[in-house]
Amino acid sequence: MTPRSDGPEELPIRADDDVVRVRQLVRTYAQQVKLSLVDQTKLVTAASELARNTLVYGGGGFARVEIITADGRTGIRASFHDEGPGIPDLSLALADGWSSGKGMGLGLSGARRLVDEFDLDSEVGRGTVVMVVKWKR
Amino acid sequence: MVGEAEHGHRLTELLRSNTDALVAAWVEAVATTLRGRTTGAELERDFRELFTSLLPVASGDGRDLSGHAYAELRSLLGDLSRSRARQNFSPSETASSVFALKRVVFELVNGQDDAELFRQVLSFSTLLDGLGLLTFEAYARAREEIIKEQSEQLLELTTPVVKLWEGVLAVPLVGTLDSARTQVVMEKLLEALVETGSEHAIIDITGVLAVDTQVAQHLLKTVVAARLMGAECTISGIRPQIAQTIVALGIEFGDIATKATLADALRHALRRDGVEVVRKGERGAL
Ligand SMILES: Nc1ncnc2c1ncn2[C@@H]1O[C@H](COP(=O)(O)OP(=O)(O)OP(=O)(O)O)[C@@H](O)[C@H]1O
Ligand SMILES: [Mg+2]
Repeated sequence: MTPRSDGPEELPIRADDDVVRVRQLVRTYAQQVKLSLVDQTKLVTAASELARNTLVYGGGGFARVEIITADGRTGIRASFHDEGPGIPDLSLALADGWSSGKGMGLGLSGARRLVDEFDLDSEVGRGTVVMVVKWKR
Repeated sequence: MVGEAEHGHRLTELLRSNTDALVAAWVEAVATTLRGRTTGAELERDFRELFTSLLPVASGDGRDLSGHAYAELRSLLGDLSRSRARQNFSPSETASSVFALKRVVFELVNGQDDAELFRQVLSFSTLLDGLGLLTFEAYARAREEIIKEQSEQLLELTTPVVKLWEGVLAVPLVGTLDSARTQVVMEKLLEALVETGSEHAIIDITGVLAVDTQVAQHLLKTVVAARLMGAECTISGIRPQIAQTIVALGIEFGDIATKATLADALRHALRRDGVEVVRKGERGAL
């Protein structure tokens, strides 16, 4: 049951402003499929976290946002791609409160709790892709 | 009068002895394109200054414009470009001010049968090309500075710290909070606390679309900094969707006072100061 995708849109993530732009794009998509206000806010916040990680740790990259449908459900899929250093220890990175920098260490683990599907794919020296989905209830 | 270093340089001598006429012709050539937006007197002053600093280098090959010999020209052109950028002239209008001198000089030597002079004019023209490009670059830098200034001003404008009551400041946060904006707001709030000697600050986030870890971190740091300065912060206007998101993210606001609305937060602050706000008629009941 591969979801049918609907016109993906991509945005570069190279500076702080781009994080804001990604957030706005995700919000537009979330409103378009009429996610509840709570779900919109959760998805936008997750996107904000992941886009910032792409920028700060991945050294920049891009975000892809699309509407997907599967089993008669509609949702938003957002993915964040970089060709940065990758994440050596996934479970550490996903632990609440762990940060290799000066963050709160809640972005990755928190984003996972904010969405319905979460997929983290990272290879040291190659880069990182994080994909999230929020379904319309 | 003939300079020492340029002695014998035909073009330099010609330029020097015709300074007044050349500057006048230069001003006239440019004035027609910039008509109405700058006065002839301004142009005359700027161009005379430029012309004077061009004379000592008119015999050079103009290859190393970053060198010491061109320092004064560079700074004059930089000033000119900056003021043009501020007056909203286009980059090509700005650079063509420099290029316009070429035609003026060509006309001066036109008809003279002097191969050496011709060679000198060519190399002078190359020098002007280089200076025109410098102008272009300086213009672009100036525009960037202006845009940056304007967006900083916008930042300041959109983050007002207001005094709600004696000793109580409030800052309403609105819209999409990026790192830079949150930081500016928080710095302004801390400054205002000191300036006004206030002991309460209310950060109202009713208008905020999302609170992520970065915004939360700025908020928490501000509260801690305010405490060190002897002031208490209250965060108000946390809407249901934001509250749920903050909880799911795992952010803990600890012992920071949070209130549903700005009014509640104000009441809370006043109560701590021993001021009780009551409705008329309720007074007796208390
Ligand atoms: N795209 C990425 N590339 C490389 N490393 C990453 C990437 N994303 C996350 N990490 C690593 O995972 C750690 C945890 O990420 P997380 O977003 O949870 O915390 P943080 O960004 O450090 O702080 P916060 O997001 O709370 O401000 C990061 O400190 C970083 O070391
Ligand atoms: Mg993060």
